[in-house]
Amino acid sequence: MKQPASEAQQGGPDAAPAADAAPVPLTKPAGKTPGGSGSRPPLGLRLDFRTLSLLGVLAVLIIVGGATKPDAFLATSNLQLVLTQASIIGVVTVGMTFVITSGGIDLSVGAIVALASVWATTLATQEYGFAGILFTAIIVGLACGLVNGVLIAYGGMAPFIATLAIMASARGLALLITEGNTQIVTLKSVLDLAARDSYILGIPPLVIIFAVVTVVGWLLLNRTTFGRRTIAVGGNAEATRLAGIDVRRQRLYLYLFSGLCCGIAAFMLIVLSGSGQNTNGNLYELDAIAAAIIGGTLLSGGRGTIVGSVLGVLIFTTITNIFALNNLQSDVQQIAKGAIIVAAVLVQSRTARHGEA
Amino acid sequence: MAPAPPEGHLLTMSGITKLFPGVRALDGVDLEVQAGEVHCLLGQNGAGKSTLIKVLAGAHQPDDGVITWRGEEVQLKSPIAAMKLGIATIYQELDLVEGLSVAENIFLGHEPTSAGFIVKGGEARAAATALLARLGHPEIPASRQVGELSAAHQQIVSMARALSHDVRLIVMDEPSAALDPDEVDNLFRIVETLTADGVAVIYISHRLEEIRRIGDRVTVIKDGRTVAVGLPAKETPTSEVVSLMTGRKVAYVFPDRPSVADAPRGEPVLRTEGLTREGEFEPVDLELRPGEIVGLAGLVGSGRSEILETIFGARKPTAGRVLVDGQELKPGSVRAAVRAGLGLAPEERKAQALLLIESVTRNVSVSSLSRFSRGGWLDSSAERKAARGATQELSLRPDNPDAVIRTLSGGNQQKAVLARWLLRGCRVLLLDEPTRGVDVGARAELYAVIRRLADEGLAVLLVSSEVPEVLGLADRVLVLREGRVVHTSPAQELDEHRVLDLVMEGSPTP
Repeated sequence: MKQPASEAQQGGPDAAPAADAAPVPLTKPAGKTPGGSGSRPPLGLRLDFRTLSLLGVLAVLIIVGGATKPDAFLATSNLQLVLTQASIIGVVTVGMTFVITSGGIDLSVGAIVALASVWATTLATQEYGFAGILFTAIIVGLACGLVNGVLIAYGGMAPFIATLAIMASARGLALLITEGNTQIVTLKSVLDLAARDSYILGIPPLVIIFAVVTVVGWLLLNRTTFGRRTIAVGGNAEATRLAGIDVRRQRLYLYLFSGLCCGIAAFMLIVLSGSGQNTNGNLYELDAIAAAIIGGTLLSGGRGTIVGSVLGVLIFTTITNIFALNNLQSDVQQIAKGAIIVAAVLVQSRTARHGEA
Repeated sequence: MAPAPPEGHLLTMSGITKLFPGVRALDGVDLEVQAGEVHCLLGQNGAGKSTLIKVLAGAHQPDDGVITWRGEEVQLKSPIAAMKLGIATIYQELDLVEGLSVAENIFLGHEPTSAGFIVKGGEARAAATALLARLGHPEIPASRQVGELSAAHQQIVSMARALSHDVRLIVMDEPSAALDPDEVDNLFRIVETLTADGVAVIYISHRLEEIRRIGDRVTVIKDGRTVAVGLPAKETPTSEVVSLMTGRKVAYVFPDRPSVADAPRGEPVLRTEGLTREGEFEPVDLELRPGEIVGLAGLVGSGRSEILETIFGARKPTAGRVLVDGQELKPGSVRAAVRAGLGLAPEERKAQALLLIESVTRNVSVSSLSRFSRGGWLDSSAERKAARGATQELSLRPDNPDAVIRTLSGGNQQKAVLARWLLRGCRVLLLDEPTRGVDVGARAELYAVIRRLADEGLAVLLVSSEVPEVLGLADRVLVLREGRVVHTSPAQELDEHRVLDLVMEGSPTP
C-alpha cells in the first residue's frame, strides 16, 4: 500500500545535504516567527461550502429514500449493502482522485479491475488460495499502472490516449483469459469475507477496506511529500519541474497508485461476487471520474479532495439504491446522475468565481 | 520625403495616455503618420511601443488623448473597429491558425459566402492567390496548411490577411526578427509596393540599419512619452537617436556595489565552458564568484534566457559544460542543477514558477519538501515556520503564509520565488527578467534584496531587457547580440549608450 509513497521520497535523502549546507542564515528569522500554525484547521477537513453542500445532497437523498421506502431503505441490511457497493468503486475513485489532481486521467480503471479479477480467479491462481488471489489481483493492477505510467511519464503520451489504449487491451486480455466464461471462486476463505458472520460490529469487511484506503489516501494527499508533489504537478507541471522536482517519476508513481487501487478493488469484487468476469468494472472509469469531479477535485488538476470524492461515491450509490428500491428504470437513474454532475459543477464554478467559500 | 500639408495626415495621435494598475504605460504620446510613408517607431523595451500599437489596434482603450483618422476624430473601441477603418496590425507573434489553410486564414472572419454562411472556397482561394501575388509570393499555395509554411511565408500570409481588408495603415511589430537577410530584402520590397499604393506603414524595429534603409521618418518614445517626432530616418545620426532613447527621466535607485577592496575574489562557484545550443547561442564561457552579480544584456531573442535555462538544465546543451565548484553538472537535468545549489527565477513567472492557486508557504517550500519530512511525512508546522522565515527575510507583503500567491503583486510574487531558493540553500541565483511586471516603486526594493543576497555570498546571474537595470545592478556585464557574447567588461566601464550601440549595431569592441 505504502510502496509508491516510500519510493517517492527517495529524492529526499540525497537532496537533503545540499539544503543543510545553506550559506544563507535562515534560522535567525525563524526564531522570531510566532508559532502561528496552531489555529489552522487541518487541510481537507475544513467543512467548506463545497463539502457542506455535498453532505446536504446526501442528507436530502437519505430523506427521500426514507420517505419513499421507509422500511426497505433504512433497514440495516440495506445500508450495509449501499456501503458495500460504494466500497469497490470508492477504492477506485481514491486512486482516480490522485491522478486527476495531478492533471491526468485514467480511463483504464474499469478494464484493470476486470483483468485483475479474472487473472486472480483462474483455476491455477485459485490453487494458491486466499493469498494467491489477493497477491495476483494487486500485482496485475500494479503492472497495468506501471504500463500506463511509463507510457505517460516517459513515453510522453497524453494520459487520455495511453489509458484509453490500456483500457482496450486490458479488457481484451480479460476476455482472452476467460473466453467469456464466469470463473467461479470456490475458496471458502475468500467467500467468507462477504458473509454476514465476518461483519465486525455490523460493518462488512469490504467497507473496512474502503475506510482504510480512504484514510491512507487522505493522509497521503494531505500529509506527505507525495501528496504535495501530486498537487504541485497538477497545479503547474513546468513550474514544478523548474523547482527541481522529478515530475516524470511522480507521474509514474501516480498511475502505479491508481493501478494498485484497481487491484484492491478487483479483489473486493471477487469477494463480493464470488467470481471473476471479463465484464467486471464496466464503466467504472466514468463513475470514478464523475464522483471525483462532483466531490470538488479539479479536472484541470492542482486541487483534489479525498473527502469530496468519497461523498461523491456515496451520493451516486445512494441514488442507485433508491431508484432500485422504487423500481425505477435505470434510464431514469442515468438521467438523474447526469443532472447531478451538471448541478455540482455549476455550483462549484460559481463558488470558485466568488473566491474561496 | 517632403513634409506633407497637415490635411495629408492619415493618422494623428496626440496626448495618448494609458494607465495600468501601478504603471503609467503611456504618458502623453504623440504620433502622426502620412499616407504612403514608412514611419519608424523607436524606443527601448518598456518604453511603451507595444502598448501604443495595441491602442492603435483597438486592443487597449486609452485613458486620455485624441486619435484623428483621415481628418476625423475616432475611437477605436475594438480590434474590429480598427480593422474597419483600415488599420491592420501584424504582431511579432503571428496570430495565425496553424491547422487552417492559407486562404482560410486570410479570410478568417470575413469569408466570401453565399446565402450568408456557405463559404465559397474557390473564390477565397482565388482571392488569396491574387493577394499573395501582389505581395510577390504567388508560389505560396492557397490551400496549404499554414502550420507547414516557413516563418517567413507565415508572415506573408499575415500581411495578405491585412491586405484582404481595405487597409490604409499597416503596423508591423519587429517584422524582421524571425527572418533571414534575403527574406528581409523581400519584406522591404513588399513594404515599398505597399507605400507606392499609398498605404502607410508603421515599422517597429531595433535594427537601426533597417530603419535607415526603409524608413522615411522616425518617432522616438521613451518612458511612455514621445521625445522626438518626424526625424528624417536616413539623416539623423545614430548617436542622436540613441541618446534620445536613453536619456531617461525615471531614476532607478540601485544599491551600492561593494568597494573594490571587498570585490569578490574567491574561486568561481559557477563556470561554463563552451556552453552552446546550436541555433540559439554560440559558445559561452563565463565565471561567477560568490558575492558577484553578473549581468547579461541584449535584446529579446539574443539568447539570454536560453543561456540561463541551459545552465539550469531546463534545456540540453548541444556542446560544452556547466561546472559548479569544479564538478560537472549532468547536462539537461534540472534536478542535478538544483541539487548542486542553483536556483532559477524564470522569465514567465506565472507559467514557469508559481503554483497560482496555492499559498505562499507552499510556493516557497515546493523545492525543499524533503527538508520538512521524515519518511515522506510532512511536518507542516516546520514547513510554515521556515517558509515564513524566508519570506520575512525578504520582507514579502502581506506577511501571511496562507495568502494565495495569485493575489500578490508582481514584486511580492518574485520575492516568493527568491524565498523558495533561499530556503533550498541555493548558492547561485539565475534571475531572468526579475522586475518584469513589477512596478517602479517595488523595483528598488527588489534591487536591494538582490544586492544583499549577493553580499551574503550568493552568486547572481542576471538577465534583463532593461539596460539600466543590468548596468545599475551587475558588477560585470556580458553583452549579447544574436546569440554571441560581443563584449565583456565591468559594469562601471559601460553606459547605456554604449550597450545599445553594441546590441543594435553589433560593432566589435574597439
